[in-house]
Amino acid sequence: MKVDVVKPNAGRSNHRRFYGHGIPRVKLEDLAGKLIVVEGADGSGRSTQIARLVDWLETSGHATVQVGLKRSTLVSAELDKAQEGNILSRTTLSLFYATDFADQLENIILPALKAGFIVLSDRYIYTLMVRDMVRGMDEAWLKNLYGIALEPDAVFYLEVGAEELVQRNLSKKAALDYWESGMDLGLSRDMFDSFLKYQTAMQVAFRQLRKNYGFTVVDGNRPVSSITKELRKKIRALLVDK
Amino acid sequence: MKTFAELNFPGRLIAVEGLDGSGKSTQIYLLKRWLEAEGIKVYFSEWNSSELVKSATSKGKKRELLTPTTFSLIHATDFADRYERHLLPLLRAGYVVLCDRYVFTAFARDVVRGCPPEWVRGNYSFAAQPDLTFFFKADLEVSLNRILEGRPKLKFFEAGMDLRLSSDPYESFRIFQGRILEQYMAMSAEFHFVVMDANQGVETQQTGVRKLVSERIDLERFRRSSPLPLPPPMQRANKAEETEEDSAA
Repeated sequence: MKVDVVKPNAGRSNHRRFYGHGIPRVKLEDLAGKLIVVEGADGSGRSTQIARLVDWLETSGHATVQVGLKRSTLVSAELDKAQEGNILSRTTLSLFYATDFADQLENIILPALKAGFIVLSDRYIYTLMVRDMVRGMDEAWLKNLYGIALEPDAVFYLEVGAEELVQRNLSKKAALDYWESGMDLGLSRDMFDSFLKYQTAMQVAFRQLRKNYGFTVVDGNRPVSSITKELRKKIRALLVDK
Repeated sequence: MKTFAELNFPGRLIAVEGLDGSGKSTQIYLLKRWLEAEGIKVYFSEWNSSELVKSATSKGKKRELLTPTTFSLIHATDFADRYERHLLPLLRAGYVVLCDRYVFTAFARDVVRGCPPEWVRGNYSFAAQPDLTFFFKADLEVSLNRILEGRPKLKFFEAGMDLRLSSDPYESFRIFQGRILEQYMAMSAEFHFVVMDANQGVETQQTGVRKLVSERIDLERFRRSSPLPLPPPMQRANKAEETEEDSAA
């Protein structure tokens, strides 16, 4: 039986960087852990995969921490409230989400990485950027704003076709989410129709963003276990060393 | 950065900037009273006052949860909310909008806190330049004394305690304000600040402010065509004091 736990940073020079200006006074070389991001729409299987990865990683002896959008102590409650009323304009909502992200980055992600944890992020800045890009916001403005973000060690984008997403969302909740259907965009008054249009636009924007932020596209239309297998394989390579 | 006039907005925006205790809030309040009495369509907006963002901001401040980055972002959120929901529509509707503090407060304060200047400016780049920006420049000691005499208890972020400049809040406040003043002066020319001597008496300053506003802005264009009810009055406990709205610091 193998008992050695592979250290995340075993004998490897550090290539950590922030995407832009970063967070003041952070020593990148101290961030020994790994940051792994799983991106994808609601119904793409993100949460399922993250749960399975946490299980696997912890069984293998790695300490993990999970983060995700709208989970900050600072603004998550207020963000929820704002969304219920749909009263915030785009720039405001965008900055509010950035505040939520920054709060978790500084208070959870960076300290956990410093302590050598594997941080699993259920979505990251890409969803936030793509949502805003679809809503016509300036990409350069978003790039500057999210220049505070740390470049992850791996980003897996679970891609699932819009039609399949509809089926999965309906079979889970028998309803479509207002925001995940992009109803605020006025693409269609019909929610079903709007969902398809919005999710397709999101996928196009994700692919556009991928050119600059290089993430791994994972075919999310396959069975859960074969996706897990692929993710494990890629993460294992990351842990063993490059 | 273009002004609202250059962007062909029918309205005009006047901003006041300065250190806590420089007397700027008193001056903009008196300017508002004058414009209202003249029948001008005027709206007043102050820093850190968006209802929606307020609960997050006050929680962050009370529990000292804010870092320089989140401090900057939450104030940008507050500003964006006021900008998009109030300032822009009012400027489209031909109002004279008065702002007690504008983006320059963030440019100065967040940079002193260690945020990269390009990042802060980029985040606020959706905002147009005011048509007129007054900077009330008082001697540092005068501003400090006004604040420190009037309200001996300084709040954590207001005193810049998060910067660990000194364990004494008063000393920390002095150093913090001094650095903010340096930042303001460094951007004064770039953003065409009209620098007012805030060591002068209230009336003298106000005469200067009104004169400049009437020279720079064709106020006749902003007069109400029909008598309309005025916008809801500003909520101020005491017009002579500017301590309350400066709790943004």
